[in-house]
Amino acid sequence: MGGLLAFRFKISIYLYKVLLMNLDAAFSALADPTRRAILARLAKGEATVNELAEPFEMTQPAISQHLKVLEEAGLVTRRVDGTKRPRRLAKAGVEAMDQWLAMLRKALEKNYDRLDQVLAGMQHKERKTR
Amino acid sequence: MSKLTMKTEGDKHIIVTRHFNAPPEAVYRAHLDPKIIQQWMLGPEGWTMPVCINEARPGGKIRYEWANAKGGGFYLTGEFLELEPPNRIAHVERMHLPDPTPDNHVETRFEADGDGTLMTMRMTLPEEKTRAAMLATGMERGMEASYARLDGML
Repeated sequence: MGGLLAFRFKISIYLYKVLLMNLDAAFSALADPTRRAILARLAKGEATVNELAEPFEMTQPAISQHLKVLEEAGLVTRRVDGTKRPRRLAKAGVEAMDQWLAMLRKALEKNYDRLDQVLAGMQHKERKTR
Repeated sequence: MSKLTMKTEGDKHIIVTRHFNAPPEAVYRAHLDPKIIQQWMLGPEGWTMPVCINEARPGGKIRYEWANAKGGGFYLTGEFLELEPPNRIAHVERMHLPDPTPDNHVETRFEADGDGTLMTMRMTLPEEKTRAAMLATGMERGMEASYARLDGML
């Protein structure tokens, strides 16, 4: 029991709220296969909108729209290079998600390690009364 | 053996499994008896659960309140949907921070596994967007480097 609640212990409520807002945007952004493909491409190195549009057989405005969603979710940032605006992965956004998942796992592991001890105690008591 | 596993099933569920060295009756009880819950469902070090209400019957109320030494705290409410001792608990829960989070539907099963119990907890994530995205992150693969994970999404 407890599920998603567990990881929330670790951070203050305020921090949690901020994190959740960002994560919600990040998860929404990741729900789209094209945007995941864009992220996978950017994981290999920065790229311009043109370079990103090529393999996806999509128009530039369509790619730009996807990039906008990714930027707003904090997953992608842009750099100014003359007239070009190459995009790259934003480390923080990706790390926040990893953190979220890791915290859930860690808190559950902690809970169940504790439950192991509690169960051992229960078994011990039962054997005594038998 | 006692290692926790976490994976996704379809696009709707996260499944957590864990083995315990105690029979299903004991593990089931440890999930329902408030006095026992208060000993283990505490998250990271430093938190206690001063209030634990668990009306273990269909429609029964759940309320857990956590607190730490710094005066922090929050609570969870929920309702039991179905109980099949000692094998299955179905309930719904939400956190209050103080605004409530979306409902999380949870089904917890306990099956005999050798001398012990295999627990399988299935959480139904409330939002499709969130569910799909969690699937995409491939969380069952654990904590690989962020960029390696993104590579694997395709």
